[in-house]
Amino acid sequence: MKLRTVFIAIAIASGGMTAVMAAGEPQEVRQGLMKGVGQSVGALVAIAKGEKPYDAAVVTASLETISKNVKAFPDQFPAGSETGMESEASPKIWENMDDFKAKAAKLGADADATLAQLPADQAGVGAALGVIGKNCGTCHETYRLKK
Amino acid sequence: MGARVRKLVSSVIFLGAVVGGGAWFVTKPEPWPSAHWENLGEPDLANGEQVFWAGGCTSCHAAPKSEGDAKLVLAGGLPLKSPFGTFRVPNISPDETAGLGSWTLADFGNAMTRGVGKQGEHLYPSFPYGSYARITPKDINDLWGFLKTLPKSANVAPPHDLPFPFNIRLSLGGWKLLFFTDKPRVTVDTSNPKIARGQYLVEGPGHCGECHTPRNALGGFETADWLAGAPNPEGEGRIPNITPGSKSIGGWSEGDIVNYLETGFTPDFDSVGGSMVEVQKNMAKLPASDREAIAAYLKAAPAR
Repeated sequence: MKLRTVFIAIAIASGGMTAVMAAGEPQEVRQGLMKGVGQSVGALVAIAKGEKPYDAAVVTASLETISKNVKAFPDQFPAGSETGMESEASPKIWENMDDFKAKAAKLGADADATLAQLPADQAGVGAALGVIGKNCGTCHETYRLKK
Repeated sequence: MGARVRKLVSSVIFLGAVVGGGAWFVTKPEPWPSAHWENLGEPDLANGEQVFWAGGCTSCHAAPKSEGDAKLVLAGGLPLKSPFGTFRVPNISPDETAGLGSWTLADFGNAMTRGVGKQGEHLYPSFPYGSYARITPKDINDLWGFLKTLPKSANVAPPHDLPFPFNIRLSLGGWKLLFFTDKPRVTVDTSNPKIARGQYLVEGPGHCGECHTPRNALGGFETADWLAGAPNPEGEGRIPNITPGSKSIGGWSEGDIVNYLETGFTPDFDSVGGSMVEVQKNMAKLPASDREAIAAYLKAAPAR
């Protein structure tokens, strides 16, 4: 049981890393990074909802992945990567790169702050998600296009 | 010869008057008879607030990017780009001069459900009265009561910026004749109260079809493709298909839809984006039973 938890934690933690190493094009890299964030949020939501038991190792690994991935995220939007590979990036990213970077930094900071005071139970994870999760919609509202 | 020309001219004028008069008659603004808005009693403000969130009033009428209590200041001004020009959202706060402070329940109800303004003029369907037409008089009365409790704003929104011929309000009568209806959009099992409630919310106050249903060249719905997705009116990208036939959302369970409307997360923990961010925040304020009703209707609607 404990071993499985450790394994899951390692899997989540390495999720972002593998995506970076395996992929080449920035479109793929940033999609992989975002997928890692999504999986981490999913792991946290499962705990907040009581579908999975509270597990400090999973919470830590999830928050570390969010923090790490989102810090690398804004660097994956070089000129020339605006479209292609089913990118859902909005042209507004390149028009407002500073704001885009600030929004990514905000999520990174929120994840780090939560790591510094790790939620100790199911309710704590729910409260942390309330803070962290707001960043998703705030950024996607402007910078993500659905195709 | 002269008499003949005179006769011809007068026939043309007569014919023109008949056709014009007939056109005016079938396209004139049609508010409800005043009795429609009488005897509705004291508004239930709590229900009025729910209609307010279901209707998404604040998403267009509050200043953009408003948070918290600022969402309740319906100052207007937001530009709405469309293929027909740029519409400007009006101030609907209870301010006596800049807003709706001098309006009666009947004025408000006729605007909401008949697309008729206080001066008896046609309103542009950028204001989604084609959906709001389905809202019950009771809900209109409750919503009106709630709106009157909100803060006043003296902001005067700029006028619409529309090229000819879309700047001619009279032409909207023809648009209404072709496209305005308060009938159900699709046939669903309305003996199931949950689905019936969902149909009311989605097709009425929620006005989901206004973005999720494609439109023809005149801006009327392609009704056969109800909720089947459409180009994004604000620019690039698409508004997704939300029928059971959708490649993305079609596979979601009712619980997935409920959860998305409540939390903004998709089943694979992608998040809500675009204009839906604002909509989801409104949906999150509804009772859980209403989100469940919306999900039940979306699963029951015809797959496209």
